Amino acid sequence: MKALLIRDLKLAFRSGGGFGLGLAFFLIVVILVPFGVGPRSDLHAIIAPGVLWLGALLACLLSLDRIFALDWEDGTLDLLATSPLPLESVANVKALAHWVTTGLPLVLVAPVLGLLLNLPPAGYLPLVISLLIGTPALSVIGTFGAALTVGLKRGGLLLSLLVLPLYMPTLIFGAEVARRGADGLNTTTAMLMLGGITCGAIALLPFASAAVLRANLR
Amino acid sequence: MSSIWEYANPKKFIATTDKVLPWITILAVSALVTGLIWGFWFTPEDVRQGATVKIIYLHVPSAMMAINAWVMMLIASLIWIVRRHHVSALAARAAAPVGMAMTLIALITGAIWGQPMWGTWWVWDPRLTSFLILFLFYLGYIALWAAIENDDTAADLTSMLCLVGSVFAVLSRYAVNFWNQGLHQGASLSLDKEENVSNVFYLPLLVCLAGFVMLFLALVLLRTRTEIRARRLRVLLARERMQ
Repeated sequence: MKALLIRDLKLAFRSGGGFGLGLAFFLIVVILVPFGVGPRSDLHAIIAPGVLWLGALLACLLSLDRIFALDWEDGTLDLLATSPLPLESVANVKALAHWVTTGLPLVLVAPVLGLLLNLPPAGYLPLVISLLIGTPALSVIGTFGAALTVGLKRGGLLLSLLVLPLYMPTLIFGAEVARRGADGLNTTTAMLMLGGITCGAIALLPFASAAVLRANLR
Repeated sequence: MSSIWEYANPKKFIATTDKVLPWITILAVSALVTGLIWGFWFTPEDVRQGATVKIIYLHVPSAMMAINAWVMMLIASLIWIVRRHHVSALAARAAAPVGMAMTLIALITGAIWGQPMWGTWWVWDPRLTSFLILFLFYLGYIALWAAIENDDTAADLTSMLCLVGSVFAVLSRYAVNFWNQGLHQGASLSLDKEENVSNVFYLPLLVCLAGFVMLFLALVLLRTRTEIRARRLRVLLARERMQ
């Protein structure tokens, strides 16, 4: 398991591995928003938590098809399926690698982009915590979506269509935490729900991802 | 004693539905015609809502069937995963576009009803939003079926999507409740209440509900038969090409 994780991380960090693409995408989305809504900074302060969450979600979505596509093409996935490591663990490791290379950097960069959008000072901590709790769910759900579409030639668009509705609850609670935090309200309920979704997704979805991978590899 | 699993045999399924389908169709048409004519022309107008209340005869049944269709797909998917009966997978596939159409009818009639009553075509109310999300789930499910060439793989993947999607659809339902308070009224049809809507409206509505259930059944059976025959045809053509 550790070897697979290290291999995936190495591949992602090397040139051409796509590390940093998600970050750059996040940056561009956030920079484009003020051009879309106009230069009023009071307006930016209101929409900042939502925009940052949406940007992080889209950046996550962008890199999902890389989770399994390369391993599928060169046959690594077949080897992994026949190895003693259960496919459920493979799915979990893949999700973890995706989170470390995409989700975690987004969490670290989000406060800096919050400055650009004039996020109220009270909003920084809830934003970072909600992203830290919520992005693992995005990676795990995305791994399921990537497993569903792995056998398709051009599955990228279909992948977004399948995964975006599944992201809805995570986005609702995650953005709610960030927004309530920015308004100085109590965030406990939304935070607990977000944590619940993440824990539930990590516990249950790998089984679905593995079942789907088996069907695809048959 | 025959078991329900006999209908997993496509031949038996076709033979039985041959006999049943005309009756279901007749029931669906007569219930819908009776219910809609009764509702549209022979019920009084509501005190406050005027004639717009009559949209209820399309809105409520289609909304009910939009959810029931997904539940039926969920059950059919479970049967496919556990027992691998092809008819079950094909029935789930056949139900999806019908369910999506029901969702769309519920959304559109809701918008037409909402405009004069609430003064807006659309609000981000929990019920409305959940239906929009349900529509997206139908869209993804149908797109996945269409994208995969191998029939068995497609059935496997879509049934897993249906399972996972059901969990997330329910989650979304409660998440949007938390997210925004609504304009839409609460449930006005429940089995455990003495009187739900005034009987003048309730009785034709019941007939319409029955009509929509029958309509859904008839469409799903018809589409399942089409799917079975299409698959047979493909096998025959492939065999012919081999010779």
